[in-house]
Amino acid sequence: MSNIPAELRYAASHEWTRLEADGTVTVGITDHAQDLLGDVVFVECPEVGREVAAGEECAVVESVKAASDIYAPISGEVVAVNDALADSPELVNSAPYGDAWFFKIKPSDASELDKLMDAAAYGASI
Amino acid sequence: MALRTPLYDQHLAAGAKMVDFGGWEMPINYGSQLEEHHQVRRAVGMFDVSHMTVVDVTGSEAQAYLQHLLANDVARLKTPGKALYSGMLNEQGGVIDDLIVYLAADGYRVVVNAATREKDLAWMNQQADAYAVTLTERSELAMIAVQGPQALELVKSVVRDDRAALISDLKPFQGLPSGDWFIGRTGYTGEDGLEIMLPAEQSADFWQALVGAGCKPCGLGARDTLRLEAGMNLYGSDMDESISPLAANMAWTIAWEPAERDFIGRQALEAQKAAGDQPKLVGLVLEERAVLRGHQKVIVDGVGEGEITSGTFSPTLGYSIALARVPRATGSSAQVEIRGKRLDVRVVKPSFVRNGQSVIE
Repeated sequence: MSNIPAELRYAASHEWTRLEADGTVTVGITDHAQDLLGDVVFVECPEVGREVAAGEECAVVESVKAASDIYAPISGEVVAVNDALADSPELVNSAPYGDAWFFKIKPSDASELDKLMDAAAYGASI
Repeated sequence: MALRTPLYDQHLAAGAKMVDFGGWEMPINYGSQLEEHHQVRRAVGMFDVSHMTVVDVTGSEAQAYLQHLLANDVARLKTPGKALYSGMLNEQGGVIDDLIVYLAADGYRVVVNAATREKDLAWMNQQADAYAVTLTERSELAMIAVQGPQALELVKSVVRDDRAALISDLKPFQGLPSGDWFIGRTGYTGEDGLEIMLPAEQSADFWQALVGAGCKPCGLGARDTLRLEAGMNLYGSDMDESISPLAANMAWTIAWEPAERDFIGRQALEAQKAAGDQPKLVGLVLEERAVLRGHQKVIVDGVGEGEITSGTFSPTLGYSIALARVPRATGSSAQVEIRGKRLDVRVVKPSFVRNGQSVIE
């Protein structure tokens, strides 16, 4: 069974989001997604400062099996990326909700978060 | 209804993730493809390959039949149990399948791919009409491949003494019977190892004995990265019925001599050889952070374009490698288009890792 933390919100394309105290939103991929991908060997994150729209392709995960696009779950500016993934892409498999966050977005419209699924809805969708 | 091998329950018990492979329900991995890959390169791992098809060819014209059926020449097999790799071609010189044929006491044993079983058997039967041969499919056999630097020693530790002695005497690419077993020193990983055919009802016990001795089950995922590092073709990816062996790094498997041997596809191949117009299969190496994948476009400056036929991240090397079909005039460099970007790749011989070591020149 996949781990689906109750406090996060989820996109249908298997990204998770966490609203931080400073108003930024941290984005990663779910346990279910990493399990489907298999061993992750490279992660390509967006550049800091890039403006992304909800649903836009903005990162790529390469596993031994396949390359998969990662989509921005909400619109805004990328304000940070996780450099640790460059050297340790396997973190995506071992800690999908922890050390393997991908990037942080400063939302342009915080209400977009409400359109994402809660844990129960995401769990039902997979 | 998907087909299952006699080891299906063992796979589930070991936590395998099962996938469809040519109509068979097979393990893709048992947790981590990377770990399974390293296990084979560094120690020993095993694969259930019972889905492959074993056909015994017997009868007074078995040799003549196979000399017509195959591009390689079974007359080259002189030592008992010696094996030969060959393409089975159509009249146009396309590859119907690639296979291994062993010289047996009363004929030959042929092992063909799982996904192509039906068309292979149909073709083999059709060609057999003109010869005094009998084809016997041995579907009652299971087949387990044990691969890696420790493979021979590990298998010897779990089999009875006469089989251990047989394994000690086996030369690479040789396979011999032992009672109702058949043990071949062959494989698909670029490592030393064995492929063991045995009655299906004995296979679960043997599998468990191997597990008990420290042999780790490995899935089709690791099998693919291992074979690609070894530069071995995968039927359906690197060649098929529309591809000449000359375009699939299989020229070495065509026995042109004796000139009077009339094998299926010979005429077409001779014309292709004379024209010199076939593309070639090369290796590609990409040391940047990206992964080469099948069907990506290869651009060779001033020469033309080709296509990746198999690509992957190489767990042993730590970067991406691929097999690609490119114009014959391709030199030592090319570019591959990945997600709209062109990345430089090195063009090398289509062999990357042997016995755990890089062989890239």
